[in-house]
Amino acid sequence: MLDIEEKLKEIGPYVPEDDDDLLVCRCEEVTKGEIRKALHEGITTIEELRRLLRCGMGLCQGQTCGTLTRRLVAKELGVRPNDVTMATARTPMRPVDMGIGGNDRGKEADAEIGGLR
Amino acid sequence: MSVEKKELIVVGAGPAGLSAAIEAAKAGVKATVFDENAAPGGQLFKQIHKFFGSKEHKAKVRGFRIGQELLQEARDAGVEVILNATVLGLYPEKEVLVQQGDEVKHYKGDAVLVATGAAENMVNFRGWTLPGVIGAGAAQTMMNLHHIKPGNRILMLGTGNVGLVVSFQLMQAGCEVVALADAAPRIGGYGVHAAKVARTGVPFYLSHTIKEVEGTDCVTGVTIQQVDSHFNFIPGTEKHFDVDTVCVAVGLSPMAQLLKMDGIEMDTSTGGFVPKCDETGATSIPGIYAAGDVAGIEEASSAMIEGRMSGAAIAEYLGYTDASTKDAREKELDESLESLRQGMFAPKNRGKKIEKTDEGIDVSENLLTHGFVADDEITRFPGFRKQVKVHPVIECTQNIPCNPCQDACKKGCISIGDNITSLPISVEGSECINCGMCVASCSGQAIFLVAEDTEPGYGEITIPYEFLPLPQKGDKGYGLSRSGEKICDAEITNVRSSKAFDGTNLVTMKVPMEYIDRARFYKAQ
Amino acid sequence: MDRIKNHPILGESPEGKLVNFTYDGKTLQGYEGEPIAAALRVNGVMVHRYTAKRHEPRGVFCAIGRCTDCVMVVDGQPNVRTCITPLREGMKIQTQDGVKPLEIEK
Repeated sequence: MLDIEEKLKEIGPYVPEDDDDLLVCRCEEVTKGEIRKALHEGITTIEELRRLLRCGMGLCQGQTCGTLTRRLVAKELGVRPNDVTMATARTPMRPVDMGIGGNDRGKEADAEIGGLR
Repeated sequence: MSVEKKELIVVGAGPAGLSAAIEAAKAGVKATVFDENAAPGGQLFKQIHKFFGSKEHKAKVRGFRIGQELLQEARDAGVEVILNATVLGLYPEKEVLVQQGDEVKHYKGDAVLVATGAAENMVNFRGWTLPGVIGAGAAQTMMNLHHIKPGNRILMLGTGNVGLVVSFQLMQAGCEVVALADAAPRIGGYGVHAAKVARTGVPFYLSHTIKEVEGTDCVTGVTIQQVDSHFNFIPGTEKHFDVDTVCVAVGLSPMAQLLKMDGIEMDTSTGGFVPKCDETGATSIPGIYAAGDVAGIEEASSAMIEGRMSGAAIAEYLGYTDASTKDAREKELDESLESLRQGMFAPKNRGKKIEKTDEGIDVSENLLTHGFVADDEITRFPGFRKQVKVHPVIECTQNIPCNPCQDACKKGCISIGDNITSLPISVEGSECINCGMCVASCSGQAIFLVAEDTEPGYGEITIPYEFLPLPQKGDKGYGLSRSGEKICDAEITNVRSSKAFDGTNLVTMKVPMEYIDRARFYKAQ
Repeated sequence: MDRIKNHPILGESPEGKLVNFTYDGKTLQGYEGEPIAAALRVNGVMVHRYTAKRHEPRGVFCAIGRCTDCVMVVDGQPNVRTCITPLREGMKIQTQDGVKPLEIEK
């Protein structure tokens, strides 16, 4: 387990960089600066970043930014990318219409409950 | 609510998935393959270049033809391929959630193989979200599947095999590639792939990356800039190009989310990036397997063998074959796989700087930094030979696992030997009959037939040519150097096309004798 | 961007059946069954949507249905991945603005 107080001392305070406005997560439009700031406030995992900033939580579910975020986190925390655990994977793997996602009982069952979806 | 039972469920109808399903089906397993796409084959149908390897790896066959063969084999073996079926979830009980049309169906497999392949890596630079910035895979999809040009003027970022191969394919599609850039100090892909791009005149900028992509609603230009050894921009080194498209080819990552969500053990040394599995792809949950790029990035050729290994293991797991049958098959496949994992680009050599070939020859530095072997470097390689009478000159200078040229020559003019990664030798004293099979069989387009003094002061060079329009006999133009520079006048004296050449045309040009060892491409006037 | 008519390796490109569709109210043509994104590109359309927060243009990026950058409003439904959705006669395709169709100034 990472000692956050120690890590924060080690990486020092957040210092703005010229390209902090660059997007990392294209879907949720989360910037490099937002992620860097969060890391200097004590966030150390991709899971937490996702909850806090929603990076990797958009339509594509981190397909594009997953490895970018990981590299950024590693660089900022001074560790190897391989030391940063990837986010938990969950169903659905692809964007699915809510109506379809809920339609796992077939149309008849759907009708039984009054087509509520 | 119903669950449909299946014997083997394969996720992904790419080279690994199809190969596994075929192998298992041949042993009697009822195999079902789900793929989210409208057509099977994964990325194989976008690969229009000839593959490397040896005969058993289908070397010198173009990727899409290998795809066609694989599909036929799957049909013959009775593999059920279900398309437009997106696997949304996978659970430890081998329950598979699949979206088909406007329904989500539950399936349960006795065994499950995940062969979901890879996703493209990205880099974020200023302007990277502008329409016109695309992945290299997107470029291949547009031009090779949907028959549209991805752009007119394109800059490629990345010089791994994907960046090199796609650059060449873009030119084949009629696009102009203005440059290739890479933040690394050396070209990452095969030298032969780089050389066939360089000789058309496309410049390589190593230790350069994108500073900014310009445009308001879509790409109108790009500026690249040199970086130091710490990848920091060096002021004053900006280079601007007017382009409408920027193509990004900076590597691939396994798409292992399905494996991760089903709770198998992941390789912790990679932060849970790739699954932990044995040679056959068996994961920590009995009956769940992984094959191809999802288990570690390699080539399609390796993915097909890995798939076969998984298929053989699954057949045994499901009780269709015994352990000794499986072991024998595994050993055979393993040897085939190992032969592909040799040479300078072997997984074990990733990131290493190699100074000398296996033969002890200094590697071409110019090839690594500019994309072509310099005129004064080529002579030290065994494929280069001086002779008046027509003979092959093989500009293959890196140890890569590939040997179709040796098989192509029935006259023994080309020798590689038993070690598939050895440099090809242009054999002294052999009798070349100018058949051209070696030129057409070289997946790297690195073989030229050279004849000196065909008439006073002139010689002839036969080059592989895969562009349109095809030059015609009698055409006059220029001989281009290995770097694509116009160096002399050239006249086309022969153009050969044949089914046996499989799309590679053999163009013979006459050049002044002093350029016989330097002219390697032709450009019309 | 142009269609590739003749390719040195793939030969002559298959000619599809031309169908009409609307893009932000304008009638355009494309081949039936080709991805909507391909038909749009041939017609010179690069911008598929504007993002919700920064209102920035996006278009085709991965072309295989993974990145979801090319989504548009198709027949009234937002977030449709145009790079993998086949074109059909009469489709109504609209530039997406956030999650709504872009309002076109007349």
